[in-house]
Amino acid sequence: MESFADILLGLGDKLAAHVVLAASAIALGIGVALPLAVWASRSAAVSRVALGFASLVQTIPALALLALFFPILLSLRAVFGEGLPTLGFLPALLALALYALLPILRNAVTAQANLDPGVLEAADGVGMTGWQKLRLVEAPLSAPFIMAGIRTASVWTIGAATLSTTIGQPSLGDPIFAGLQTQNWALVLAGCFASAGLALVTDLLLGLIERGLADRKRWQWAGGMLAVVLGLSAALAYQSGGKNDDAIVIASKQFSEQYILAQLIGSQLEQAGYEVEYRDGLGSAVVHNAVTSSAIDISVDYTGTIWTNNLKRTDNPGRDAMYETIRQWEAEEHGVRVLGRLGFENAYAFAMREDRADALGVATLDDLVPVAGQLTVGGDPEFFERPEWDAVREAYGMRFGETRNFSPTFMYNALRSGAADVISAYTSDGRIAADRLVVLEDPREALPSYDAMVMMSPRIAGDEDVAAALQPLIGAISVEAMREANFAVDREGEGKLSPKAAAADLAARIGL
Amino acid sequence: MSAPDPSKNPILTFDRVERRYGDDDEIIAVGGVDCSIEARSFVALVGASGSGKSTLLKMVNTLVTPTAGRVLFAGEDVTTQGQSQLRRRVGYVFQGIGLFPHFSVGENIAIGPRLAGETLSSERIGELLSLVELEPDMASRVPDELSGGQRQRVGVARALAGDPELLLMDEPFGALDPITRDALGEKVRELHEKLGLTTVMVTHDMAEALLLADRVLVMDAGQLVADATPRELLMGDGGDIAQGLVSVPRQQAEKLAAMEGRLA
Repeated sequence: MESFADILLGLGDKLAAHVVLAASAIALGIGVALPLAVWASRSAAVSRVALGFASLVQTIPALALLALFFPILLSLRAVFGEGLPTLGFLPALLALALYALLPILRNAVTAQANLDPGVLEAADGVGMTGWQKLRLVEAPLSAPFIMAGIRTASVWTIGAATLSTTIGQPSLGDPIFAGLQTQNWALVLAGCFASAGLALVTDLLLGLIERGLADRKRWQWAGGMLAVVLGLSAALAYQSGGKNDDAIVIASKQFSEQYILAQLIGSQLEQAGYEVEYRDGLGSAVVHNAVTSSAIDISVDYTGTIWTNNLKRTDNPGRDAMYETIRQWEAEEHGVRVLGRLGFENAYAFAMREDRADALGVATLDDLVPVAGQLTVGGDPEFFERPEWDAVREAYGMRFGETRNFSPTFMYNALRSGAADVISAYTSDGRIAADRLVVLEDPREALPSYDAMVMMSPRIAGDEDVAAALQPLIGAISVEAMREANFAVDREGEGKLSPKAAAADLAARIGL
Repeated sequence: MSAPDPSKNPILTFDRVERRYGDDDEIIAVGGVDCSIEARSFVALVGASGSGKSTLLKMVNTLVTPTAGRVLFAGEDVTTQGQSQLRRRVGYVFQGIGLFPHFSVGENIAIGPRLAGETLSSERIGELLSLVELEPDMASRVPDELSGGQRQRVGVARALAGDPELLLMDEPFGALDPITRDALGEKVRELHEKLGLTTVMVTHDMAEALLLADRVLVMDAGQLVADATPRELLMGDGGDIAQGLVSVPRQQAEKLAAMEGRLA
């Protein structure tokens, strides 16, 4: 495992992206809030509506607000054309700017309302026009209060910007999300440390500007502003310097297997001489759209997921037919190239303890039917609502004695302790191997297949060199190999690996 | 009320001026005031709170606009003159003083000319400060560092910075202690003479009006109820409301005189 200091030093590009995103969002927030505040100070109705709206936005969790911009921008493509990005910088910018609105707006409106009426009357009395009054009197007297609002907004925005990782915008959330999923606490801490440090420094500098404005000390606020501008310029310079439009962007969803496969694909491409970038921890729903719009270039998705979520199919034509249908549909509908299947499935399957399966003489779901009435089945919270559950009961006429819900981690514990006899496991889960579980075969193919496939965005779909570099992975990863790699990342204590190290082991195992 | 005397030169004329408020204009702040003010006179506008005297004053430099009637300044309707140009010719001293806290004393004084695109020299600022008996080097201080009396002196200097023809004062000494108030009152009267100003001062203090003004207008419920010289008022003219206001300082003076008599 890398040391904390090494991780922290390696976050330069994430920090630069974070700074640019947060600063842009705050700037946009200021740009909207200040004119709105001026308007609100001249009309009570505008003030009520604007503050009401900003407060309403604030009640939406930041994570949801970020995700909401995806469908909003998608529908706006009807107006602005297909070039409108639905992921990454733009939605993150818009959501965070909305979030920054309230503290700035509220402070600006309050500052205006609390200006000394005698001073305002004097401004009229000496012959100021409305604009002169705003510029010479209202703005400078409100400035310290507005600055306090900008400070609050900045700290919020820098914190909330970590969530933009989920919609494909690089930020300091990348190490946090990756670390949480792979239980790499050094990575989580490094991300939190960097983000909190950035928030503190920003707060300090803006505080300096605020006090400088309040005390009317020009050097103080000008110095603070200079420091802020320098920091921003450095971030911008770093970002534009490190930017490579030719780099191939590899996405991963928020679980260990995805991080490992992304690293495996990345190292293959790097060996072939390509520059790669990782977009880790994307929301599951976001990944497919990202690859069809070339916001990312390579993802690993699962046949069953695409089948239900994107093709909206509920039937099960069998593993190969399902894959072939998806491959054609992706090519025709989106121009996405499905390069091939990696060789393993991450499907729902029924698993039992080895000793229990032996004792009952169960190896397939057919074997389970006569004894199911005396058994307890455990599933994750959504399993018993999913079509897979209905399909199994229908195909085999299965009737269990009892059904119980567990969170995924406790599901395996329940099996170990005997609280459940059978569970709905995930076939590539490392705990299947670690706990020596038996995965029951599904001869009637009631459970749809979840074959892992490599998807290539329209941008690189025709690139035969990329395809050739990844060809050795196709059909090469057995479910046993994947389970082992997953377990190495998911486990605690001795032998725990980073996704990168697990990917290297996996590569060695499959002979790359 | 007597018609304005054409031989005298009215610089300010109120022509059936009305100001109403409320959704149906049911609240009358000023209800039809007819009156002329000659150049170089010092007029006090006296009345109880809510009598409409401040509103009447504000209609002169269009801080408030009349709902009916006209205010003529040098023969011209004030609402048709350029607002900023008008306000430069009319110095205004505010009840709340209204210095800009983020400007230095000098910048406060120079604001009127600055708005007109002129820069006031530091000599001129020093001169204006001297006029109100402040040290010229006070120009670099900020209002928060001054006492109440000093601030209002700066307020007067600011009103005089544009060489106005007309000086309007809205309860200018209301927030000051009696000694400062007395001294500043004398000073303003002196400047009025020296600079050849026409001055209209709103006050609720009849004693102040009697001591400083050439002419006292008394307002009640939006109407002008008396128009007399201090001498006439002391003689008992001007009607019941005016005499009610005059009786307060008179009785105070009589009581003080009686106390002095007993002591002597």
